Amino acid sequence: MKRVQYEHSPIPYLFVAPQIIIIVIFFLWPAAQAVYQSFLLEDAFGLSSQFVWFRNYSDTILSGAWLQAAWFTMIFSFLVTFLSLGLALLLAVKANEVIQGASTYKTLLMWAYAIAPPVAGLMGNLMFNPLIGDLYGFMNAVGFDFDHKLDPVDAGFVVVLISVWKQVSVNFIFFLSGLQGIPKSVQEAALMDCKSSFRRFWTITFPLLAPTTFFLMVINITYAFFETFGIIDTTTQGAPGGATTTLVFKVFQDGFRGADIGGSSAQSVVLMLLVLALTVIQFRFIEKKVHY
Amino acid sequence: MSGVQLKFVRKTYPNGAEAIRGVDMDIKSGEMIVFVGPSGCGKSTLLRMVAGLESISGGDISIGDRVINDVSPSERDVAMVFQNYALYPHMSVRGNMSYGLKNRKLDKAEIEKRVNEAAKMLKIDQFLDRQPNQLSGGQRQRVAMGRAIVRNPQVFLFDEPLSNLDAKLRVQMRIEIKRLQRRMNVTSIYVTHDQTEAMTLADRLAVINDGLVEQMGAPMELYSNPKTLFVASFIGAPQINLIPVTFDGKTLNNGSLKLAGFKDLPENTDLVLGVRPDVMTQTTKGQLDMRVDLVEQHGGENLVYGALQGAVNDEGEELEICLKGDKALLPDLDAALRLSFDPATAFVFRKNTGERLL
Ligand SMILES: Nc1ncnc2c1ncn2[C@@H]1O[C@H](COP(=O)(O)OP(=O)(O)OP(=O)(O)O)[C@@H](O)[C@H]1O
Ligand SMILES: [Mg+2]
Repeated sequence: MKRVQYEHSPIPYLFVAPQIIIIVIFFLWPAAQAVYQSFLLEDAFGLSSQFVWFRNYSDTILSGAWLQAAWFTMIFSFLVTFLSLGLALLLAVKANEVIQGASTYKTLLMWAYAIAPPVAGLMGNLMFNPLIGDLYGFMNAVGFDFDHKLDPVDAGFVVVLISVWKQVSVNFIFFLSGLQGIPKSVQEAALMDCKSSFRRFWTITFPLLAPTTFFLMVINITYAFFETFGIIDTTTQGAPGGATTTLVFKVFQDGFRGADIGGSSAQSVVLMLLVLALTVIQFRFIEKKVHY
Repeated sequence: MSGVQLKFVRKTYPNGAEAIRGVDMDIKSGEMIVFVGPSGCGKSTLLRMVAGLESISGGDISIGDRVINDVSPSERDVAMVFQNYALYPHMSVRGNMSYGLKNRKLDKAEIEKRVNEAAKMLKIDQFLDRQPNQLSGGQRQRVAMGRAIVRNPQVFLFDEPLSNLDAKLRVQMRIEIKRLQRRMNVTSIYVTHDQTEAMTLADRLAVINDGLVEQMGAPMELYSNPKTLFVASFIGAPQINLIPVTFDGKTLNNGSLKLAGFKDLPENTDLVLGVRPDVMTQTTKGQLDMRVDLVEQHGGENLVYGALQGAVNDEGEELEICLKGDKALLPDLDAALRLSFDPATAFVFRKNTGERLL
C-alpha cells in the first residue's frame, strides 16, 4: 500500500514562529528564571547570591503572611467568580426578555467591558474616598460603620465590589449570546412541558448554558487570580495589614517593593503549580459534566 | 376527548402585521384538520395561538367547553410537534419524553409505562438511552412524536413536522401519523404546505389565504367543488388549468378560442375558466387544441404539458395547459392534440373577486 506523502516545506514553521518566539521570550524564559531565582538567596544589595535549595520555599510558604494571602485569594476568587457570574446571568436573562429598547440595555450593560482593571480601581478609589467618595458616604449614611482603611472585611468588600463590577460586563456578553444560541423552538417546547419558569430555567436554560458557564468560570477564576492585581494596587494595596493581599499581589510586593527576589520567585513558582492544578481539575472533572 | 372552537380569532403582531383577520372554526372531537395555504398566510400563527405560543389579539379559542385565551401553554392540555423537532439536546430520548410528565407530577411507574408504550408504538424503544444528537432525522421526528403522545393530550398540534425529512421517509411518516391519529382518536391540527400531505391526512381541510379561511371542507369536496379561484388553484396537483375568458352570451372567448356549453354568465366581465387536467380527454372532436411541449412519465400516469392554441394568457403569451392521462398517452413533441371536456365539470370564476360563478 502506498501512503500519500506530502513534501515538507519550512513555511508552516515560519508562520508559527512569531507565536513560539513570543511564548519563549515572555513566558518560558521568565518562568525558567523564576524557578532558578527561587533557589537563590540574594544579599540586601543584590550584589551576591547563594544557592539555598528549598529555603525560600519553606520561608515564604510557611509564613503566616503567605497563608493569609492564600486564604484571602481563595475567598476572593470564589466571591468574584460566583458573584460576577451570577449577576451577569441574571442580567442576561432579564435583558434577553426585554423587547423594547433591548439594544440600549445591552449596550449600557456592556460598557464596563472597555475599562482596564487599574482604571476601574482608580474609579473605585474615588468612590470610596473618605472625603469625597459617594459610596463611602452612602455606606456610612445607611448605618454601617464603614472604613476600608481599617476594617479588613470592609476592605475586602471594596475590592470584591470593584472586581465584580468590572467583570460582569464580559460575562454578560457571553451569557447573552449563549442565551440567544438556545433555539427558540426548544424554549417553546419547554413552555408547553413545564409551567414554572423557575423550574424551566434550571432544567432547560441553565443546562444548555453549561458550556458557556464552564468557559466563563475558567476565565473568571484566572481573572480573580491575576488581573485583579491592577484593582488592588490602585485601591487598598493589600491593606489593612495584608487583609486584601492576593497571592499575585504578594509576589509583586515582596519582589519589587521588598526586593526579596528569591522569596517572590518561590511564591510565583508555587502559584504556577496551583494554577496548573486548578486547570487540570476544572477540565478533568467539570468539563465532563457540561457537554451534551 | 374534546373539540376545538375558534370564534372570530384575530392576531395582530406588535409590529402591526395583521396575520389572522377573523377566523371561525368548529373542530369536532377526534377530527384531523389540516391548515394549508401559501407561505406567510398565517397557518403557523393560527396553530401557535391554539398552542398558547402567541397571544390572541381578538376572539376566543376554546378546547372542549373551556375558553383557553388566558391559560398558559402547559395547562391547555395540548401537545405540539415542531418542524425542527425541538428536542432537548441535553436529555436522553427517555428524558425528553418524560420531562413534561415529571413536571406534571405523575408517579414514576406511570411515566415509565407511558414512555415504554409510546416508544414501542413508534419503534424507538432501542434508542431510549441515546442523546438526540445520536439519532437520524427520522428517529428524532419519532421522538418528538413520542414526546407528544405520552402527554395524552386533548389536542395534537403539528407544524410542518415532516418537511425536514426526505421524500420517502415523509411518505412513510405521513402514513404512520394518520394511523396513530386514527388509533388514538385525538383531535389534531396539522399545518403543511404540501398538497399531498394535506389531501391524504385531512378529515377536513382549511385553505387559508391572507389571514382568512377561504374554504373549509373534506379534501374531495374542496377539489371538486371549490368556492373560489384561490381554492381551485391551490388544491390539486398538477394545478388546475386556468384560462382567462369573456362571455358574449353564447360562448366563452379568448382570441380565436370559442367554447360553447356555458350559460347564465355575466357579459363584458373578465372571467376565468378552470379545467382540471384529469377531466380532459384526447379525442378527435374536442374543443381545445394543444401543441405538446413536454411529457412527464410518472409510471402509472403521464402528464402532458403544452400550449393552448388560439388563446393567450394575461401577458399575451402562450397559454400553458396540462393534460393527465394513463401511461399509454405518449404523444410526440410538437404533436397537435385535440382535447375535449364536459363543460359541467369545469369551473368559471369572476376574475377580480375570485368568486365562483359556475
Ligand atoms: N413574530 C412576528 N412578528 C411580526 N410578524 C410576524 C411574526 N411572525 C409572523 N409574522 C407575519 O405574520 C404572517 C403569517 O406568518 P406565519 O408564520 O403564520 O405564516 P405561515 O403561513 O406559517 O407561512 P410558512 O408556510 O412560510 O410557514 C406573515 O406575513 C409574517 O410575516
Ligand atoms: Mg409556518
